[in-house]
Amino acid sequence: MIQRFPVAGEDFSAAGEASSKIKNILRQVGEDAELIRRVCIAAYEAEMNLVIHAGGGEMILKLDTDMVEVIAQDRGPGIPDVELAMQEGYSTASDLAREMGFGAGMGMANMKRCASEMLIDTEVGKGTTVTLRFKTGKN
Amino acid sequence: MKLSELVTGIEAVAVCGEQGLAEKEVAGAYVSDLLSDVMGRAKEGEVWLTIQTHPNVVAVAVLLNLAAIIFTAGHEPEEQTKAKAEEEGIILLKTALSTYETAGRIYQLLTGAGRA
Repeated sequence: MIQRFPVAGEDFSAAGEASSKIKNILRQVGEDAELIRRVCIAAYEAEMNLVIHAGGGEMILKLDTDMVEVIAQDRGPGIPDVELAMQEGYSTASDLAREMGFGAGMGMANMKRCASEMLIDTEVGKGTTVTLRFKTGKN
Repeated sequence: MKLSELVTGIEAVAVCGEQGLAEKEVAGAYVSDLLSDVMGRAKEGEVWLTIQTHPNVVAVAVLLNLAAIIFTAGHEPEEQTKAKAEEEGIILLKTALSTYETAGRIYQLLTGAGRA
């Protein structure tokens, strides 16, 4: 099963809705509560990055027998230094985003901690695709 | 502890979801104004103390299944925040007490610490 959710850039009030929909789907298919929690945290962080940094994009949910995959795809500015972006505390968020409590530089670290596997495909000026994989333990 | 008992203890009033106070169980509390910090560390059933009043706090509470959001130090949630909370069924509380005092009282209520 594949579902796609568009995410608008700079729209802080609607941000989180795609993650919320992903959560509801995982609940409906009866995934384990702890797995849902991990997916939610990582999906929210990925979604916020689309809103704050990428001018919007798309969240994609893929459900497989033993895997939940969340993909955040955008045509934003790309990440010039992925290693630096992964560092906790490093952020390039705007002052407005920071005032709202975003941009603490913890998003990428949260994603990495929650996912079984995290892949970043990025090119400056072209965009970024973050793939988050979660093993479900169901076979 | 039920949320209704906690509300009295921290001199709070419900802004949204008052009808749910008597049933909602409080597992603990988390204090932070950085959303990623809350996402990473707050747990299901906890109340969240913050002075962030914009609508995105509701999204965080929904995703984590928090018991309630408590706006401390007299902070008032934005209208859009209230509307979103109504829509999502999230309980919003506010208190004039400082974040420190609110957290201290909740700690006392939940753990029984510091009682004479």
